[in-house]
Formats: sequence, structure tokens, C-alpha cells
Amino acid sequence: MDRIPILKLGGVLIVTIQVDMHDRLALALEEDLTAMIVRTGARGVLIEISALEIVDSFIGRMLVSIAAVSRVLDAETVVAGMRPAVAITLVELGLELTGIKTALNVERGMALVQAGLSEEDDGHGSDRGRYED
Amino acid sequence: MHGAELLRKVVVDDAGGIRDAWLAILAAGMTAHGGRAREGELRTQAGIVVSQLGEGLAAGDLDADGSGFAPLRETLADISRSRALQGFTPTDTANFVFSLKEPVFEALGRACGSGSPDLATGVVSAGKLLDRLALHTMETFLASREEVIGRQGQEIAELSTPVVRLWDGILALPLIGTLDSARTGVVMETLLQAIVDEEAEIAIIDITGVPTVDTLVAQHLLKTVAAARLMGADCIVSGIRPQIAQTMVHLGVELNVVSKATLADAFAVALRRTGRKVVRQQAPTEERR
Repeated sequence: MDRIPILKLGGVLIVTIQVDMHDRLALALEEDLTAMIVRTGARGVLIEISALEIVDSFIGRMLVSIAAVSRVLDAETVVAGMRPAVAITLVELGLELTGIKTALNVERGMALVQAGLSEEDDGHGSDRGRYED
Repeated sequence: MHGAELLRKVVVDDAGGIRDAWLAILAAGMTAHGGRAREGELRTQAGIVVSQLGEGLAAGDLDADGSGFAPLRETLADISRSRALQGFTPTDTANFVFSLKEPVFEALGRACGSGSPDLATGVVSAGKLLDRLALHTMETFLASREEVIGRQGQEIAELSTPVVRLWDGILALPLIGTLDSARTGVVMETLLQAIVDEEAEIAIIDITGVPTVDTLVAQHLLKTVAAARLMGADCIVSGIRPQIAQTMVHLGVELNVVSKATLADAFAVALRRTGRKVVRQQAPTEERR
């Protein structure tokens, strides 16, 4: 498998990682995703990693850098479905993915992305402050 | 005569005498220590040990670690293991082997006659052999005790990290006792697994039972919070006692997470965040049942 497929659903790009990530695959994903955001004008990115069992510092850093690139292109990244073992590993590696939103599963992740989109639409910032005290 | 040969001759020929004298000593020591071992059991054990000692010597060497003594070492290991579990003192257990010296020396004396140069050789060989066997017994004893302690430690760790489901999607983790890195690992794993199982949005970590919070404990707490966040759950830390709050500020420890003074406050915040609230059904002035 050479590429990880990127699906477009409304204004959101969905990536599900179903294979073990190796470095080249991660780099290709970042490139594809960046190009896709620019081409479709997507405002949200949902990365689903519930099938991802092994992470190293490189993959962790790739997640951070994908999120950073997306933010530059005005799309918000949500990582969904991280496994406990992966979370522990990332924390032990000192990669706490600050600045990336997280969700327990795809459903909640999608809700989080949509909330971010609708919030910008009405222009009032509504209830976000309540969630970040 | 060679030491091993002499010793074998004495132990095999005088097995009954040695065993009976040994039992007498053991029985005397036993009453002094409250008589934990049953006499019948002791008699069987003594019989087996003396006969296996003879078999080991028959193999022709005096090396207690050699293959000839393997069955005897096994027997002694079994005895000391069961004694460790029954709560015998180390002295009792060591004396079990050490008290065998006296009857063996006496039997040597009877066989050689006093003043014989063989007697000295025999006593030295027997002393060496029995000391080594006693050491082996103690090693097994200590290993068994450590095993018991290790198991208890693990049980305590498991008992003291329960994850409680307070409401749909709200978990509480009441921490009791000091947080070290080993325990933090267990806590983290239990909490994260519970978050997955319960599909929790909010986890409340209550540290009322944590005696002190220093920089290390704070770091462990923050790790747990960060891991839970990666899973998509928010954490609230509650139950910080006044003294602990002061100590933390003096030490310069900063918990960059939402913290509340009591579990009740944290629960109220969690309910509000998940779009619920607690209301009183009756006004407080009305008649209570």
C-alpha cells in the first residue's frame, strides 16, 4: 500500500489509518493532505487512528506537523480513536500533541469538527469558552 | 579416612540415632517457639532429610551444590517455602538445619573415638556441608517471603486504583496512597481502558487520599491527564487539601489542569459540561421526610 486514502465529506477531510505507519507513508500523507486541503478548501481534518497500534516519535511528530500545516491553511485537525497504549507511549515520549483536538471515536470527532465549523459560521464564537477553562 | 567417606559411613550406619537425636532437639526448640510445626510432620521431614543426606554422601562428594544433593536441596526448599508461607521466623527455619550438626558430630565422635585425627576431618567436612545446606534453606525462605511481599504489593496496587463510573460518560478515579512511577503506569492504563469501555468524556482524578504532592507526583499526575486528553477525554483534578495546596505553591509545582477543591465541585462541573444539572425537587423550607 503506497498511499493512505483521503475522503472528503462536506467541508471535512477524513483520513483513517488502517495500516502500520512507516516514515515514508507518513510523509506521503502529509503531502497529499496538504494538497487536498488547498484543492477542496476543506475547513476540517479528521484523522482516525483506532487501528494504529504502533507509534514512534516520528509518527507523533508527523501528527503535530500535519495539524500545524492544516492550521496554516485554515483547517482544524481532530485526532480520533487513539488507543490507550498509543496514548501512553506518546506521553512517555513527551509528545502531548498540544494544539490538536482529540476525540474518543469518529462520531465525537466529527461532532467536534462540525462544532468548530458552525462556530465560525455564526461569527460569535458561542460556547467555546465554556469548554476551555 | 577421607572426610566424605567417613561422613557417609556414619550417616548411613547411624541414620536412626541421628534422626532421633535431631528430633529431640527440634522438639525442644519447638516448644520454646510455641510449637508451630506438628510433631508427625516434623518426624517425616527429619526422616526424609537424613536419608537423603545419606544418599547424597553416597554419591561420593561433599559439594552441597552438586548433583548428588539435588533431591535434598529440593526437599529443603519445599520445607522452607512452606515455612515461609506459614509465618515461621528466619531463626526457626535456619535452626531446622543447624540443629542437625549436633547429632551428626556426636555420631562422628561415637564412630571415631575421641582424639582421633579422623574426627577433626569429619567434623570440618560435616560443618561445611551442613552450613551450605542451611544457607540454601535460608535463600529459599527469603525468596518465598519476597514473593509473598511482591504479590501483596501488586494486590494493593490493584485494589487502590479503582475507576468509578459516576454518570454516563463521567468517570472518577479516587487515588489513595503515594504515586510512584510504577503505580502511575497502572493508574494510567486502568483509567484509559475505562475511558474506552465507558466512552467517557470527563474523568475526575480525586487526590484526597494522596498524602503528599511533590514535583514528581505532580509530573505523574500531568502525564495521566495528558494521556487521557490524547484519548479525547477531559480531566479534572479534585480533592486538593489546604496543606497540599500550600506545599504545591511553595514548591512551585503547577498543575496546568482544571482543579477543584472537592469531588462534589468537580462532579458539578462535569455535569454542566455534559449539559446536565442537578436540581432540588423541593424547597429546603418544606417538610422533609
